[in-house]
Amino acid sequence: MTTAERTGAPSTTIETPVLQVRDLSVAFTTESGTVSAVDRVSLDLAPGEIVGMVGESGCGKSVTAMSIGGLLPDSARVTGSVRLQGTELVGTRESVLRRVRGKDIAYIFQEPMTSLNPVLTIGRQIAEVLQVHERMSRRAARARAVELLSLVGIPSAATRVDNYPHQLSGGMRQRVMIAMAVACGPKVLVADEPTTALDVTVQAGILQVLRDLRDRLGTTILVITHDLGVIADIADRVVVMYAGRVVERAPVTDLFAFPYHRYTAGLLSASPTPGVHAGTQRLQEIPGLVPVLSAQPDACTFADRCPAADERCREAAPPLEAVRPALTEHVAACWHPCPTPRTRPEETIA
Amino acid sequence: MTSQEYALELSDLVMHFGAVRAVDGVSLAIPRGRVTALVGESGSGKSTVGRCVVRLVEPTAGTVRIAGADVTHLSRRQLRRHRSDVSIVFQDPAGSLDPRMLVGDIVAEPLRLSGRRISRRDRDARVATELGRVGLRAEVARRYPHELSGGQRQRVSIARALISEPMLLIADEPTSALDVSVQASVLNLLADLQRDIGFACLFITHDLSAVEYLADDIAVMYLGQLVEKGSREQIFARPGHPYTQALLSAAPVADPERQRQRQQVLLGDDLPTALDPPSGCRFRTRCPLAFDRCATEVPAQVEYGDGMAACHLVQPDGTRPDVRAADTNEVVS
Ligand SMILES: Nc1ncnc2c1ncn2[C@@H]1O[C@H](COP(=O)(O)OP(=O)(O)OP(=O)(O)O)[C@@H](O)[C@H]1O
Ligand SMILES: Nc1ncnc2c1ncn2[C@@H]1O[C@H](COP(=O)(O)OP(=O)(O)OP(=O)(O)O)[C@@H](O)[C@H]1O
Ligand code: SF4
Ligand code: SF4
Ligand SMILES: [Mg+2]
Ligand SMILES: [Mg+2]
Repeated sequence: MTTAERTGAPSTTIETPVLQVRDLSVAFTTESGTVSAVDRVSLDLAPGEIVGMVGESGCGKSVTAMSIGGLLPDSARVTGSVRLQGTELVGTRESVLRRVRGKDIAYIFQEPMTSLNPVLTIGRQIAEVLQVHERMSRRAARARAVELLSLVGIPSAATRVDNYPHQLSGGMRQRVMIAMAVACGPKVLVADEPTTALDVTVQAGILQVLRDLRDRLGTTILVITHDLGVIADIADRVVVMYAGRVVERAPVTDLFAFPYHRYTAGLLSASPTPGVHAGTQRLQEIPGLVPVLSAQPDACTFADRCPAADERCREAAPPLEAVRPALTEHVAACWHPCPTPRTRPEETIA
Repeated sequence: MTSQEYALELSDLVMHFGAVRAVDGVSLAIPRGRVTALVGESGSGKSTVGRCVVRLVEPTAGTVRIAGADVTHLSRRQLRRHRSDVSIVFQDPAGSLDPRMLVGDIVAEPLRLSGRRISRRDRDARVATELGRVGLRAEVARRYPHELSGGQRQRVSIARALISEPMLLIADEPTSALDVSVQASVLNLLADLQRDIGFACLFITHDLSAVEYLADDIAVMYLGQLVEKGSREQIFARPGHPYTQALLSAAPVADPERQRQRQQVLLGDDLPTALDPPSGCRFRTRCPLAFDRCATEVPAQVEYGDGMAACHLVQPDGTRPDVRAADTNEVVS
């Protein structure tokens, strides 16, 4: 088996990707030993594409995202390759990375409070990004900061611009991060749970801001979220991670219509359906815990929790490959993919 | 009901931060052993209500009663006596976990504060049980908070809140960082414990499916005030207030085709501010049904079904507006 097949690298490249991740692995050194967090992840992001990333809490989504921009702490060992328009970023000097971040790759972090500076007003923080990367004057940057704050739906932006982070609500802080991230019109935007703290009406507005950014500037967006409603709304393609690995990748409608990997199927059925759970029925869980990655390198990492697991699943890791040869865009790493619903028209082709 | 049957009672709670009217007259009572969900737009004052209850901020006016006892003006030290049976899960897990403490010590902290003596071995066992209940491996106890993922940190803060088996739990967006499967297990856990220990819960969230699953009652907040209260059944089946109706119609569904074609009630985008709330009805700048009276007259809280709603178009006989019919301005009953 070639490396490309094993890691599920796309065999045909239709468009030159803006961001190309190959065999990315990350391990941490902690007091209680080495923790493997990401295991040979490969990923291509095409220009102007919105890719959603989903997966169980702790499966390595944020670590993957952080390693793209070289943001992991020193305790992390990163191997593999991340190329931004052909330029290798893994192992690159911090000074180069700093220039890339903010201008070419922007981040919306999962926990706004820890990434905003508590002693600077939010206006100063947004303006700083603009002054450094766009060489704006102080006054122009401040005016633009106010515009950006109203763009993300913060009322009284002209007054709020002088607030410190602790004076804002959780959702406002999250939107300040979004304003900062879109400030310079980045080529790639990594949005890690961008709407977790937002109610649905505000969320709809933020998703629109992201879509506009893509439509206007062709920004490529990687959206990490556990909200399948957000994925359904905004993503073109979806990457599903489990225990540090990519286990399925597909165009959004295909993934929802016929998930192949057993974990994906479990994830979709755990999604609460409005009207069903009115206080009586238990919510569907996937029983068991995510395994410790290093404990079972040569097996399907989902085997302990999978209803369809057999000997083969415990002895060899399934490759990430197309389940139906005719559908090369839909790949999954599963020895016994879920049966496809009969009604699917492609069935006859494959 | 006598006041001791309420785990929490807020009367006319007001919290102003300088010119920001974060909470502006909220009254709410949660009976023992029941779950009230507090929902509402970002910045409407939900977290501030929670922070007033545990006295992280001192309310500007109004009273807070916990199990019948007025705690509004207790000192922090006096409050600690009550605090041992009140737990809070903060909205921002990272900011509420001490970065220098090991996860095991963080989770065990309420046991230490309660002053009860407990052997090291029992303590570790309790911590492991509590971590297991929120789906974390016992070995996580030996890590630092920054060595965890966002959702893992959030579960650590839930474990810490539950270890003391509280009488009242303030849970501020407790599952916002969790994927659906882990979220389901945490919500199942809360529902089970709620049945077993019988704690009351103020469940602050914007996740309407979680609300539907866990809450007995729902309170809807808009710009510092409650605009609607009622049982879960009623709010989902027959929401009275236009804001509640818009909120329910905006919840995304996990189906790409349906989601992209859905009819959402579009709210006006003239966003009002807690710095200078609109006159009359605070929702009027965005309400598709607003009419002249809304600008001049503050809508009264009228009895509506088993709860209340504050809108000129809601009547005690059950008449309610329908925002989906906004262009025709029809009123359905
Ligand atoms: N600095 C670190 N040191 C040690 N382990 C870490 C560190 N950062 C993350 N991890 C571990 O790596 C794994 C992946 O973490 P990551 O933050 O990528 O998860 P995630 O998929 O983003 O989850 P969530 O949805 O909960 O945010 C987790 O098991 C986590 O405990
Ligand atoms: N310490 C503070 N100083 C000044 N203003 C504050 C402070 N804390 C909160 N506020 C303001 O109070 C209002 C309500 O904030 P709160 O955090 O209660 O909102 P929320 O409903 O929890 O919103 P979210 O859903 O975004 O978390 C906001 O306008 C916020 O800016
Ligand atoms: S490879 Fe086997 S264990 Fe893994 S998801 Fe597929 S069927 Fe389940
Ligand atoms: S009182 Fe008027 S503005 Fe307020 S919710 Fe009712 S109709 Fe809308
Ligand atoms: Mg994360
Ligand atoms: Mg809040």
